[in-house]
Amino acid sequence: MGHSTSIEEVKKHVKTYYMVFGALMVLTVVTVAIAYLHLSIIPALILALFVATIKGSLVACYFMHLISEKNMVYLTLGITMLFFVFMIGIFIFAYYGQEGVYVVP
Amino acid sequence: MDIPYTVEERPDTGLNNAKLGIWLFLASEVMLFGGLFSAYIFLRIGAPEWPGTMAGQTFATSFEVLNVPIGTFNTFVLIASSVTMVMSWASLMMKDFKKYKLYMGLTILLALAFLVVKGFEYGGKFSAGMFPSESTFLAIYFTLTGLHGLHVIGGIVVNAYFWGPGAKMWETDPDRFTNRIEIAGLYWHFVDLVWIFLFPTIYLL
Amino acid sequence: MADSEKDHGHHHEESFIRKYVFSTDHKVIGIQYGITSLLFLLFGFVLMMMMRWQLAYPGEPMPLIGWMFGESTMPDGVMLPEFYNQLGAMHGTIMVFLGIVPLAVGAFGNYVVPLQIGAPDMAFPKLNMASYWVFFLGGVTMLISFWVPGGAAKAGWTSYPPLANIETTGQTMWLIGMIFLITSSLLGAVNFITTIIQLRAPGLTFMRMPFFVWAQLVTSFLLLLAFPPLEAAGVLQLMDRVADTSFFMPTGLVVSGEVMNLSGGGSPLLWQHLFWFLAHPEVYVLILPAMGIVGEIIANNTRKPLWGYKSLVYSVIFLGFMSFIVWAHHMYITGMGTAISTFFQLTTMIISIPSVIILSALFLSLWGGSIRFTTPMLFALGFLPMFGIGGLTGLPLGLAPPDIHLHDTYYVIGHFHYVVAPGTIIAMFAGIYYWYPKATGRKMSDMLGKVHFWGTIITMNGIFMPMFIQGMAGVSRRLYDGGQLYDLAEPVLHWNEFMSISAWLLGLFQLPFIWNFFYSIKKGEKVDDNVWEATTLEWTATTSPPLGHGNFEVLPQVYRGPYEYSVPGAASDFIPQNDPEEHQSVAEEA
Repeated sequence: MGHSTSIEEVKKHVKTYYMVFGALMVLTVVTVAIAYLHLSIIPALILALFVATIKGSLVACYFMHLISEKNMVYLTLGITMLFFVFMIGIFIFAYYGQEGVYVVP
Repeated sequence: MDIPYTVEERPDTGLNNAKLGIWLFLASEVMLFGGLFSAYIFLRIGAPEWPGTMAGQTFATSFEVLNVPIGTFNTFVLIASSVTMVMSWASLMMKDFKKYKLYMGLTILLALAFLVVKGFEYGGKFSAGMFPSESTFLAIYFTLTGLHGLHVIGGIVVNAYFWGPGAKMWETDPDRFTNRIEIAGLYWHFVDLVWIFLFPTIYLL
Repeated sequence: MADSEKDHGHHHEESFIRKYVFSTDHKVIGIQYGITSLLFLLFGFVLMMMMRWQLAYPGEPMPLIGWMFGESTMPDGVMLPEFYNQLGAMHGTIMVFLGIVPLAVGAFGNYVVPLQIGAPDMAFPKLNMASYWVFFLGGVTMLISFWVPGGAAKAGWTSYPPLANIETTGQTMWLIGMIFLITSSLLGAVNFITTIIQLRAPGLTFMRMPFFVWAQLVTSFLLLLAFPPLEAAGVLQLMDRVADTSFFMPTGLVVSGEVMNLSGGGSPLLWQHLFWFLAHPEVYVLILPAMGIVGEIIANNTRKPLWGYKSLVYSVIFLGFMSFIVWAHHMYITGMGTAISTFFQLTTMIISIPSVIILSALFLSLWGGSIRFTTPMLFALGFLPMFGIGGLTGLPLGLAPPDIHLHDTYYVIGHFHYVVAPGTIIAMFAGIYYWYPKATGRKMSDMLGKVHFWGTIITMNGIFMPMFIQGMAGVSRRLYDGGQLYDLAEPVLHWNEFMSISAWLLGLFQLPFIWNFFYSIKKGEKVDDNVWEATTLEWTATTSPPLGHGNFEVLPQVYRGPYEYSVPGAASDFIPQNDPEEHQSVAEEA
């Protein structure tokens, strides 16, 4: 977000911020509502993470302006997310790979 | 000799130094919380029951242990503070310093409100005999929210500086000051983002 | 940041404290890091020399210095097992986190990188100062821990729970110290990456950067992304120790015949995963800057471009990337299961490929060069076979079947010491001899340098080569009597004395270096600004030592790649990167 951004453009941004604010509020209610459905763990997990990811993306894209960021930032975050996924993925893999551990349905 | 690209953007990267610096810092924060979430997952899938027995009682779901309405309220508070934070930056972009002071002040107040609510939540747990040593669930709850709370405190300190003494820079170097608020904002939104994932994974699952 | 930047422009007298203690100048901070880390290296080495006495002559009172220690550590000069464990744990911690990392990254990175890329300073000078002082606090915390009740950490540099959780207070100090050191490294990494990406001189494209800068860039990414999970693990272990949680304590743990009164439910393996998620990339944090230094010195002293510059760069990037997904090859005997073991054996074999490419490219760079055997070049040449031995002996450890035999034996100790001691430390010496004239305007004595080189390289092999013999015989590491209680150790036990004498001789051969280092500051031979006739900016665009804050009179402009040596048709055998003239250049295309 450079300083070439004009005041009119910023005013447009402000509108977006309030729309995102509304969406985040609604999605928070949705998250809690899902929890009261008492789903079993796997669908509950998938739904909760799905909603949280949407909320997180809204914050990152609009409040943090990630939607119009420079390639160097995308590159850095891309590498980071890759290692983040590796770490969580391999941890789960490593847990179930242990000898004598069975998947509890 | 001045250090280049402290305010203006380097042509080939399109970034100033502080912007790249804060994103790198946030990348390391992603890995910090990533490590904690991995630990949580690793322990959770290994647990025979969750949240399990603590302080003499056995619980079947997390939201019997934790107070979901309070957690939800705090989520609203933190999201609202993110909005006021981005509005304080937008006010500076529109050269409206008074509005900046208002929105930044609101951000700080909302952050304090978050901590006060959290404090009551902790207090309630402690008085019920629920300490981190009671169970893995509580250990994770206190460690993750505690570390997040430290990040909130860090954000309050930074924002309070830019609301008070640091705001003098608006007179001398408004461009640079606007940059600084954007950088502080990026950090603050990240703290919000972490909570967006913490809340469902700890309170609701 | 603001104040120090304003100061850059106009000349004025700074107080001693601002100039040498709380300085924001990357050169001063680099030297601070250098001196502090060299002192820690010496300290860690002294701990090791004490351990070597115990291993060579178990149960005999230590001569000369044994009387200085108290009843709780060395009654009548005889080392207690508890004290041996403290020395072992702290030797590892100090050498890795307080010695080599700050020397390779903090000292060389800080001093050389901004000069090599033509930047007036680091991107965030105040943050740079903060990194040093946080590092310093971490070091002080580690040192103080020797005097807390129960002494310093005893659970090894890996701090494995449950042992680390039930040990004495020293272990808590260790964790706090580590959190300081990690924070310092994170701040440093942010600063280095921003500096390299943002402050490169005009014309210095990524593919024109010296190999050393590339090595530092990848190293900084490793620090940035691999250290935080260990910080997380450190926080969890701190909670275990301070708030009695059970993150790493399994249910029903029995210690000294009694069931621990804990909630349980934790996993000791979790610590190992989090620890090695850092500690494997950490290995590359130790070796990449060393490779970078060796690359610079080889190109300069063979008077040839580095062979395969692009392959070197891509290999370093690939190495950094792969280092994140090989960590569990440290954990084959934990019962991980065959599927996950297979995955990590595969990635481990893959990561050896870029290492081999780098080493081969450095060897091939020697081919057909008219080599100048200067002191730094001797050390750089010494690095190549030593790192080769260290790397190749690692392959059997990367495969589960031989690892089951070799795990936790002296073979492992021999392997990683070959990488780090005759590998990295030798390269660090090379770097010190190479850039010393840059920082002081004087050269270190060549005569003493050669004594130092031959003494060091021979005695280091005397220490570490027999470790392979002992390890293959099955002698375990961390035994305070060197394995006397085991029959299997009997045929190889006599090597302990040989190794210990080599270690003390190694100590003796550092004396010429220490003398040389301090004597040459004032009395060394005065040399030209570009004493090695090098091409990179730190030699060609500024004086030796460089100007105060700001480094350069005018920011340099870069016109060519980093190693244009012996270009056909050129007037001299080196063309500086900031030389604007057209030569019949073929080096960059090749």
